[in-house]
Amino acid sequence: MWVYTDKVRELFNNPKNVGEVEGADGVGEVGSLSCGDALKLTFKLDDQGQIIDAKFQTFGCASAIASSSALTEMIIGKTLEEAEKITNQDIVEFLGGLPDKKMHCSVMGQEALRAAIANYRGEKLPKEDSEIVCECFGVTENEIVDAIQHNNLTTLEQVTDYTKAGGGCGTCHERIEAIIEEVLGQTEAEPRPEKPAKRRLSNIQKMKLIEETLEKEIQPTLAKDGGSIELVDIVGDRVMVSLKGACATCVASDITLKHYVEGKLRELVADTLVVEEVAQ
Amino acid sequence: MKTIYVDNNATTRVAPEVVEEMTPYFSELYGNPSSMHFFGGQVQKKVEEARERVAALIGARPQEIIFTSCGTESDNAAIFSALQVAPEKRHVLTTRVEHPAVKNLVAQLKREGYRVSELPVDRHGLISMEEVSRAMTEDTAIVSVMWANNETGVLFPVEEIATLAKSRGVIFHTDAVQAVGKIPVNMAESQIDMLSLSGHKLHAPKGIGVLYVRRGTRFAPFVIGGHQEEGRRGGTENVPYIIGLGKACELAASNLEEKNLRVKSLRDKLENGLLKMIENSIINGDREQRLPNTSSISFEYVEGESILLKLSDKGICASSGSACTSGSLEPSHVLRAMGVPFTAAHGSIRFSLSSYNTEEEIDYILEVMPPIIEQLREISPFWKGAAARSCSAS
Repeated sequence: MWVYTDKVRELFNNPKNVGEVEGADGVGEVGSLSCGDALKLTFKLDDQGQIIDAKFQTFGCASAIASSSALTEMIIGKTLEEAEKITNQDIVEFLGGLPDKKMHCSVMGQEALRAAIANYRGEKLPKEDSEIVCECFGVTENEIVDAIQHNNLTTLEQVTDYTKAGGGCGTCHERIEAIIEEVLGQTEAEPRPEKPAKRRLSNIQKMKLIEETLEKEIQPTLAKDGGSIELVDIVGDRVMVSLKGACATCVASDITLKHYVEGKLRELVADTLVVEEVAQ
Repeated sequence: MKTIYVDNNATTRVAPEVVEEMTPYFSELYGNPSSMHFFGGQVQKKVEEARERVAALIGARPQEIIFTSCGTESDNAAIFSALQVAPEKRHVLTTRVEHPAVKNLVAQLKREGYRVSELPVDRHGLISMEEVSRAMTEDTAIVSVMWANNETGVLFPVEEIATLAKSRGVIFHTDAVQAVGKIPVNMAESQIDMLSLSGHKLHAPKGIGVLYVRRGTRFAPFVIGGHQEEGRRGGTENVPYIIGLGKACELAASNLEEKNLRVKSLRDKLENGLLKMIENSIINGDREQRLPNTSSISFEYVEGESILLKLSDKGICASSGSACTSGSLEPSHVLRAMGVPFTAAHGSIRFSLSSYNTEEEIDYILEVMPPIIEQLREISPFWKGAAARSCSAS
């Protein structure tokens, strides 16, 4: 069971500003039925450019409905310039917090607001020009970068909590991890002090080094137990191997793979590597 | 606020008769059934009586009953045993709609190099016998198909599959956790080699299960230890729970048909009432080949977690196959395998009844449900458009 704050429960049970503003100046629609949540935000401006009315319609869970209701309350009475500054963190604060797995509901609020403002101004949203990273939930690179920067995200799991990206089939996990690394690389002028920076390797260099490490470091150790390992393929950071000899039938082969082989490769090549066993 | 519990496929209330039967075996009669003295011996007698009661419910012989810790352990034990007794076979055949106890286990086996086939289901949640037959090969070590699906209640032709498997010399296992106690199960007249059941789905406590292993089926133990369960499952017997399960099976066996007819009529009343009062509501799964207690019903254009929360505020406990409640971001694998459209999958609610439910409770659910759906559809951006479309179409 989710643990929601009283504020979330209150706004879920008695949402404010439900519906559509008639003759709306800005309309923002985000999400879809297939994604499991969607939000349509409409607002109207007065002569001074202040939001005098805002309404929402939401398909989704309790926190999605509460986040939408909160958003409308927060933007009414603000100028567009003020409203623009509202982030998903502000929505979370307004609600007194959200469970980690529900953070994407607040992000959906912020996105609907941006979409509605862009709609009013006749602008394109930056995300529209951005490449889709997560096909399952239609999340673009731009949206992921945004979420990472605004919420100081550092892990794939957090990115999924905040944007849903990577929450489906999982084929984009590698891409998301690369984006995280890229963004963190930009924000941290210097490499993180606790880990000595490994030299940056080109793909070819990385592959060669993986092969070398397997041959010279790992193979001899496994051979002592009558086992052997074969490199099958390398895709990005995924190193696909096949265990032979005693390893193939060993019940502890998973441990060997994850703790020893992966550990060694991470230590000597790159700490982003993931070792997977494939059938041959 | 009164609690209305209609989530009996998740777990059930422990029957008061069961609690009563178990109680002395915690504090007074705490002997170890393996002990030589009278104090352990009297406990052993009760354990054997429980074994007979379980066997009677499923038409088995007492020696064919192995007590385990839960349904998941039984499933794991069955599949690992089949792989171990025929190490040359590297294929496992199952369906796409199994419980995680089987689904995630075979996914792990796949990673370890086994070939795994997961049979698809049609939009009613049914599998095709032709496909079962086609997928079964000489390399198949075990076929594991659930007897009844936990989410939709859809029943699978396990007896037919078992006969086919036997003719090909393949071990057949069924996860019957949702079936036993709800429909008649008779091992004496079937060819099923192994069957899993779980205590807490039939009014015994959580933490006790059974693996039925047909006499003559080769079996390799999963939990290795002492000589308990004739060396087929090590570990000191969970005496009070075994005794409780025995009592629960005895209760389930008495008037099974009659109780189920009553439960079925309550389920049908609930289901038909909801379908009639709430437009754009759909039953998931075949309505005939189904458990008598389960109804999976989708309310289009609203999201399941929201419905559950509003029901919960009224004291009604149900469950949902929506993404928000599945612990992931995607709706249930069962509904997706059936090809239930997203408009409906996210708004699915499962009601699962037991013989403790009353007509008044069903009436209450029928009273509160329509306004809940209406309220949520009022907020939904998709509802008005959908309603307008269906109006213009008619």
